[in-house]
Amino acid sequence: MGRIQLKQVKKSFGDVTVIPPLDLTIEDGEFTVFVGPSGCGKSTLLRLIAGLEDTTDGVIEIDGKDATMLPPAKRSLAMVFQSYALYPHMSVRKNIAFPMKMAGMDKAEQDRRIASAAKALNLTDYLDRRPGQLSGGQRQRVAIGRAIVREPAAFLFDEPLSNLDAALRVGMRMEISELHKKLDTTMIYVTHDQVEAMTMADKIVVLHAGVIEQVGSPLELYRNPRNKFVAGFIGSPRMNFIEGPEAAKHDAQTIGIRPEHIEVSTTEGLWQGRVGVAEHLGSDTFIHVHGVPGCDPMTVRVGGEIPVHHGDTVFLNPNLDHLHRFDAKGLRIQ
Amino acid sequence: MARAVKTQRKAINTALAWAVGLLIFFPILWTILTSFKTEAQAISDPPVFLLFDWTLENYAVVQERSNYMRFLWNSVIIAGGSTILGTIIAIPAAWSMAFVPSKRTKDILLWMLSTKMLPAVGVLYPIYLLFIKLGWLDSRVGLIIVLMLINLPIIVWMLYTYFREIPGEILEAARMDGASLREEILYVLTPMAVPGIASTILLNIILAWNEAFWTLNLTAAKAAPLTAFIASYSSPEGLFYAKLSAASVMAIAPILIMGWFSQKQLVRGLTFGAVK
Repeated sequence: MGRIQLKQVKKSFGDVTVIPPLDLTIEDGEFTVFVGPSGCGKSTLLRLIAGLEDTTDGVIEIDGKDATMLPPAKRSLAMVFQSYALYPHMSVRKNIAFPMKMAGMDKAEQDRRIASAAKALNLTDYLDRRPGQLSGGQRQRVAIGRAIVREPAAFLFDEPLSNLDAALRVGMRMEISELHKKLDTTMIYVTHDQVEAMTMADKIVVLHAGVIEQVGSPLELYRNPRNKFVAGFIGSPRMNFIEGPEAAKHDAQTIGIRPEHIEVSTTEGLWQGRVGVAEHLGSDTFIHVHGVPGCDPMTVRVGGEIPVHHGDTVFLNPNLDHLHRFDAKGLRIQ
Repeated sequence: MARAVKTQRKAINTALAWAVGLLIFFPILWTILTSFKTEAQAISDPPVFLLFDWTLENYAVVQERSNYMRFLWNSVIIAGGSTILGTIIAIPAAWSMAFVPSKRTKDILLWMLSTKMLPAVGVLYPIYLLFIKLGWLDSRVGLIIVLMLINLPIIVWMLYTYFREIPGEILEAARMDGASLREEILYVLTPMAVPGIASTILLNIILAWNEAFWTLNLTAAKAAPLTAFIASYSSPEGLFYAKLSAASVMAIAPILIMGWFSQKQLVRGLTFGAVK
């Protein structure tokens, strides 16, 4: 079991309130991702749940029991840190055994769990090495192993992949997702990378300046962003926002259209512009079009092979079914 | 060309380093040499450097006149005891300052250091009176406590700087893993800070071993350490240079040997964190 409920949880450092009172429920077995730009309070929120920071106000319940005042060790949560935070003076085996040793578990059971975690994480050959002798990916797996053996109510991940290189990150992303499917335990995952959020989450919590902007499944957030911030944050490349007379035509302060919802034509279209830089990714090409009134440059996704060159004049046709309208406060108009 | 200049500069640096090293070492070398001279040669003018009649006579006399082992034992107990006691008190103190700092932490650290700026003689009288009241005069316990208190600011400061180098996330991981505060300090913090703790201990043993002001003023015979042993051979007339030197060599030899064998550890500790 691992149902976590935050009720009016607030955090201030001195006079600065980093998290104004906030409510959030994380269901048992759910993979929840906290996502937002740096400094949005996502790590602080995770540390409040972990018990590494004290709440200024409010209640944190784990499985229906008030855990607000419990020390980290008593919350039956396991955490994987960005820096891995392995014990450098202990072997991999001792690192993984540490939480069980602290819990006073008997030696045979410890060995059994170490063996099974090591097997699941491909660490069997490295059990007697020190963390310093392992690669970044292996260290991260040790950190995960140390978390698994406790069989916690929930796992907390604090930007666990940001120290890994791009290729390894994609692999570890899969491994963590696999692990979640296998263990079926609640996981809370903090990241600033919306791609990680989109690919892994059952539920995404978008945070901005300590406030929850929106909670929902990845596709829900992609399709129906509640406001301009979520619309701009979820999706890559980000949504184009158009202001001025063009938006007024749709009775909105701002309209938004994603790069993948615009068609390019060399002959006719709603908007006209000049082709700027093109980013070739192979499968897709993103071109930046200059000169569209109210939005400069506008990013457009086109197929891998494009018939246009730098400086060409092109016409753009937005797919009006996917047009998002926002009012003066930045809220989406239904 | 660049290489030639580099080699030349290296040679100059080496020569300079040796010159400074010898300059610092010379008084100790001179003391050692003098301890093997006769009293007449010790004060001869011009001084003789190596070509004198080497003799062990001074050591024999010093050994005969006073019980070296008793002084040595007192030094070991006082220096060791005050360092162990100080370290036990300082580790939790430095832990709290390094990992749960408050607004006043910097002030407390500075205030602690400021006690080292006070001339020791300024508090001699009150401490002497306290010692009389407590019956601690000329006792090892009294000296252990006084030397521990004198060196405590340095121990706390050194440990504080070493602890600051340890990433806080590792201690948080220990807390998440269910370690109590005692287990966190015992199983995680201390093993990781071993080089720093070792050099702190070494430095403090040396400081306590060489401490003369309090040991001379608060002891008479029973608890007198090696500093008092040396002092007993100095006379205002300066007639016993050779014997004084022999006593000095006997007093500094243990700490010199310990320092020699642990120099690697000391240097590693003193430069801890400089290179990742």
